[in-house]
Amino acid sequence: MGAIFRREIGAYFTSSVAYIFLAVFWIFSGFFFFQSCLSLATTDMSALFQSMFLICIFVIPLLTMRSFSEEKKQKTEQGLLTAPVSLGEIVFGKYFAALVLYTIALVMPLIYALILSFFGTVEWGIVFANFLAMFLLGAAFIAVGTLISALTENQIAAAVLSFVALMALYMIDVINSYINISFINTILEKLSFYRRYYAITCGLFNVSTIVFYISVAVIFNYFTIRVFERRRWS
Amino acid sequence: MIEVRNLTKHYGDKHAVNDISFTVEDGEILGFLGPNGAGKSTTMNMLTGYISSTSGQALINGVDILEDPIKAKSFIGYLPELPPLYLDMTVKGYLNYIFDLKKCKLPRKAHLKEVMDLTKITDVQERLIKNLSKGYKQRVGLAQALVNNPPVLILDEPTVGLDPKQILEIRTLIKKLGRNHTVILSSHILSEIQAVCDRIIIINHGVVAAHDTTDNLSKNVSTDHRIIARIEGPKDEIVRALRDIDGIKYVKADMEREPGVYEYELEAVPGTDIRRDLFEIARRHDWPLLACRSAEMTLEDVFLKITMGEGIVIPNAEDQADAKKGEKA
Repeated sequence: MGAIFRREIGAYFTSSVAYIFLAVFWIFSGFFFFQSCLSLATTDMSALFQSMFLICIFVIPLLTMRSFSEEKKQKTEQGLLTAPVSLGEIVFGKYFAALVLYTIALVMPLIYALILSFFGTVEWGIVFANFLAMFLLGAAFIAVGTLISALTENQIAAAVLSFVALMALYMIDVINSYINISFINTILEKLSFYRRYYAITCGLFNVSTIVFYISVAVIFNYFTIRVFERRRWS
Repeated sequence: MIEVRNLTKHYGDKHAVNDISFTVEDGEILGFLGPNGAGKSTTMNMLTGYISSTSGQALINGVDILEDPIKAKSFIGYLPELPPLYLDMTVKGYLNYIFDLKKCKLPRKAHLKEVMDLTKITDVQERLIKNLSKGYKQRVGLAQALVNNPPVLILDEPTVGLDPKQILEIRTLIKKLGRNHTVILSSHILSEIQAVCDRIIIINHGVVAAHDTTDNLSKNVSTDHRIIARIEGPKDEIVRALRDIDGIKYVKADMEREPGVYEYELEAVPGTDIRRDLFEIARRHDWPLLACRSAEMTLEDVFLKITMGEGIVIPNAEDQADAKKGEKA
């Protein structure tokens, strides 16, 4: 797994993907930081963290679009799949590389909090809880994007489909509001990505949220492994 | 050692590979010959665990590729049809990555140097793979297969895209590697297989059409009772005279090679030597006999005959089942 992880990280930085991803992430988070904190002269970062959810939907597909689609297109996946490594090592090697790059991007909101702390009191507990929530949200989203990238050999298709999928997860609440069947409402409420995330930005931290996001990540990575197993057997 | 037992791959109704069996001993080089789409790559992909078989078994050093894929794969160095190269890496970086990927325990620097020297890519080690010529890329592909010194090498058309000098070098290298590795090599270049391999499997439409040692394969189909003679003189008279030879089956005048000189194809019943009679006729009629050679089939002819479905029966004491398939094909 280490070899694949290191190669992925290297590939992110030798191609322009890492730089574009970090630039887009930091530009948008910077804009929201200015809009919701600096221009209002407040140390309450909840509005910033709420908008980070949307930023993730836009930038995570950039991170995952080439994971497996490019391997398939360049026929390098044949080298991976015939190497003495398990499918799990391949999938998680790539997954963790994307997750690490995402975590690097998350350092910026912490720096914003640091900047605010010079001018006022920052609720560090809430900031760190939000940081954790963003990390977990990204961990789940990256797993979704990785799966989609394993399904196509076209990077653009992978990016667009991932964006649509993440958008759909975001809109679970909107869809829910149009449905009037109580048990479906309950299920969709439990599945809502945004509801859990929003609760944390308001300072309501819950262990079930951690379990929820990690489960999503594990399940989608498992699906990715199954995609490769299935392809081999087809 | 590689053992393949009744290996079969279906894609829906299409039989890509149908019931192939063979064994490759340690230190043996097996050639896999067949036209494009015959099932060579599919078979190799099954052997290396890239795709699974529909039925049948492939054992690498006694380990079933489907039961313990990681262990079986660790015995194999595989060069696919398209080398799995990351274009954005340098040659050295890529081989280091492969070294880690294969969890190689050998001393890193010395081993990678050895592999690069063997494949003659040491002088391009700092260059990005995307800037290399096709020949160099192919050699980097071969180098990655050699990393970790696997006992089994599976090479899918290793000399594609190389110039004649490089082809010769790679062939020499493969022969050298064949001494202490088990090698399967696929190609549709016959001279290559003939030069490198101990044994040949001709595969066509997903079945084994012929399976024998390189020497036997050309010997079995060679026909010493077939002669091609180049004679100067009147064509029709010569044909008539040649038809009178004892035991002759047919005589055919080929095209005019030189002014007034034709080539004649003669075939006698097997076991008859007609060379002396031929000379005698030429002498008697004062027709200069300019050339005479046995119409021995080259491996090229064998291959074409088998794959064009002309049906050559190749006796195969080792493997009756394969011979039956040969007849069918």
